[in-house]
Amino acid sequence: MDAISNFLASFPSEFPVLWILVRIVVIVLPLMLAVAYFTYAERKIIGYMQVRLGPNRVGPKGWLQPIADAVKLMFKEIVIPTGANKFLFVLAPMLALGPALAAWAVLPFDDGLVLTDIDAGLLYILALTSVAVYGVIIAGWTSNSKYAFLGAIRSAAQIVSYEIAMGFALVGVLVAAGSLNLSQIVHAQEGGILHWFWLPLLPLFVIYFVSGVAETNRAPFDVAEGESEIVAGFHVEYSGMTFAVFFLAEYANMILVSALTALMFLGGWLSPFQGTFMESWFDWVPGIVWFFLKILIFGFLFLWFRATFPRYRYDQIMRLGWKVFIPITIVWILVVAVAVVYKFPIWFD
Amino acid sequence: MNTLVNYVRSLFLLELFRGMGVTGRYLFRSKFTLEYPEERAPQSPRFRGLHAQRRYPNGEERCIACKLCEATCPALAITIEAAPREDGQRRTTRYDIDLFKCIFCGFCEESCPVDAIVESRIYEYHFENREDAVMTKNKLLALGDRYERQLAADRAAQAAYR
Amino acid sequence: MTFEKFLFYFFAAMVIFAGLMLITRRNPVHSVLFLVLAFFNAAGLWMLMEAEFLAIALVLVYVGAVMVLFLFVVMMLDINVAELKPGCFIKYLPVGLLIALTMVVEMVMVVGPSHFGLALYAAPAPHAPGYSNTRELGEMLYTTYMYPFEIAAVILLVAIVAAIGLTLRRRPDSRYQNPSKQVRVKRDERLRIVKMPAEAKMEPK
Repeated sequence: MDAISNFLASFPSEFPVLWILVRIVVIVLPLMLAVAYFTYAERKIIGYMQVRLGPNRVGPKGWLQPIADAVKLMFKEIVIPTGANKFLFVLAPMLALGPALAAWAVLPFDDGLVLTDIDAGLLYILALTSVAVYGVIIAGWTSNSKYAFLGAIRSAAQIVSYEIAMGFALVGVLVAAGSLNLSQIVHAQEGGILHWFWLPLLPLFVIYFVSGVAETNRAPFDVAEGESEIVAGFHVEYSGMTFAVFFLAEYANMILVSALTALMFLGGWLSPFQGTFMESWFDWVPGIVWFFLKILIFGFLFLWFRATFPRYRYDQIMRLGWKVFIPITIVWILVVAVAVVYKFPIWFD
Repeated sequence: MNTLVNYVRSLFLLELFRGMGVTGRYLFRSKFTLEYPEERAPQSPRFRGLHAQRRYPNGEERCIACKLCEATCPALAITIEAAPREDGQRRTTRYDIDLFKCIFCGFCEESCPVDAIVESRIYEYHFENREDAVMTKNKLLALGDRYERQLAADRAAQAAYR
Repeated sequence: MTFEKFLFYFFAAMVIFAGLMLITRRNPVHSVLFLVLAFFNAAGLWMLMEAEFLAIALVLVYVGAVMVLFLFVVMMLDINVAELKPGCFIKYLPVGLLIALTMVVEMVMVVGPSHFGLALYAAPAPHAPGYSNTRELGEMLYTTYMYPFEIAAVILLVAIVAAIGLTLRRRPDSRYQNPSKQVRVKRDERLRIVKMPAEAKMEPK
């Protein structure tokens, strides 16, 4: 009896748990809405770049289109292929979505506005993005279909290769900031637009973002889906809500990569006018607004890439990852390390 | 030297930026999209839409069951049966066009010596049963009666080129 | 029992469960997935010991990279699952049990209570909230354990070079493309625009 009461008493009291749950919902719900409207933005922007209008029928100017899509997918049947492992088949989309959402736990939206301020934040993010590949692999394998399997194999090889370049780019950030904590990485960039890491780490910045595009299997690295070659890749056999979850995961990952790039290279919530005469004019803008604006820039780049570039051939993707990105990142880490040791002015002094 | 230039060029992603410049410019172009139910593309008098059969101004049907259209139809969509009418004139007893087969080439219209079978400007139609896809003689004549003014005007506009 | 202890027993039980499933599943892909589960729970155990760097590195390296490659290979293998009859498992069970028992006995003798018992070591004092596991680890690795660390790094490098050296051979009869060369190609090297007069006009009859 004593043991049980001790056991219960040692649980954190229910209020902190409830408080954490509320904060998670406050992050995840707007994120899901952002994902829905990101798909709308994608169709509109790519439409505009192709000199057409995009969806404009559901609601005023098509604003309700993502809602209609979501409702449609919710009411569709989930078809499970014969010979597929049912448990894994349903688990795969959740494995794809889970890491994309869990990573938001350590992202600081503003100074101190973060769910959990852990010290190994950067490492945690890297681990989660590497786990996300399981959703794709398991989906491709359990579907019991050639195209899905080919898509899964391609995606696995691609993600594993680009993760190395991505990791090295993050090592550069880590060396420059001297911390794995995302809030401290942002603090290390204080002092205006020229102090942000995009300038001293320019090659790593470009490589990180391009690797991010490759990690999320977006055009021009979308060989894992490759509509014109392997139908839809790993999610050919998925329908209804299971397909919708894969879709959510892809777009949530895109937003996540945009947010991470903004945090690590564009100074997160910092105002771009810091240190100039215009600083006092924009004092009233909360940091979170700057952060969202920076996310929007990268989100737009994702769509711009998709509208512009044709798909890479597979061996060229591998060449780019292994023979171009990894050497450049290693060289630049060396450059950054030397600059940090000798306290190179304006960035590392 | 040349390879060095190439390296620099690919390292700074010049070509990619140029491509993005093109798509970026097109983002602000005025759009070509025709918002269909509200806006429509202009139609030529030669437009080949749903078929119709015309009559002479006195109400007599034009078709004389010569079966030239049936013979020329490349999709074999037309079926004609003919018999003498009570007054001894040769007329069709059956004139069916299967719209599932028809490819809207307009050969029937061209082959017709009396301008009986024509293709109208109607392009928005639907069927709810499979058998509705067959245009019978009555349906063709009814359409012809309904749109006679337009059909006659279009034929007159094109008369010089035929 | 405190909440921490409950978590410890939960993670430990899950590791053992996943390990058992790993060796009893007939489908190798399922086995690999159970191994992934085991790694996750092991990471949870390390997290309980405040070794968050190691825990995350375990997930990052083993789950994120090594197991993906494992899965990659296992999925490609053409294994006839029906052939792996349960009879085999029973047949080799005595040998397996013997080896397992030997290992357990050895482990108990080496790391058992007589050497690493709770009585011998006081529980480490919990660290202050500002304590950075990663920094501590880095300082240890690059000062006290510099040489072992470097030697391990060199051994790994040798292994990489050896692995590449073993697989890298140019077969004269195999055809391959060189993407770098293909990428560098320019329009002028592939395309020649020829100017020629249009066809002569037909004379009117």
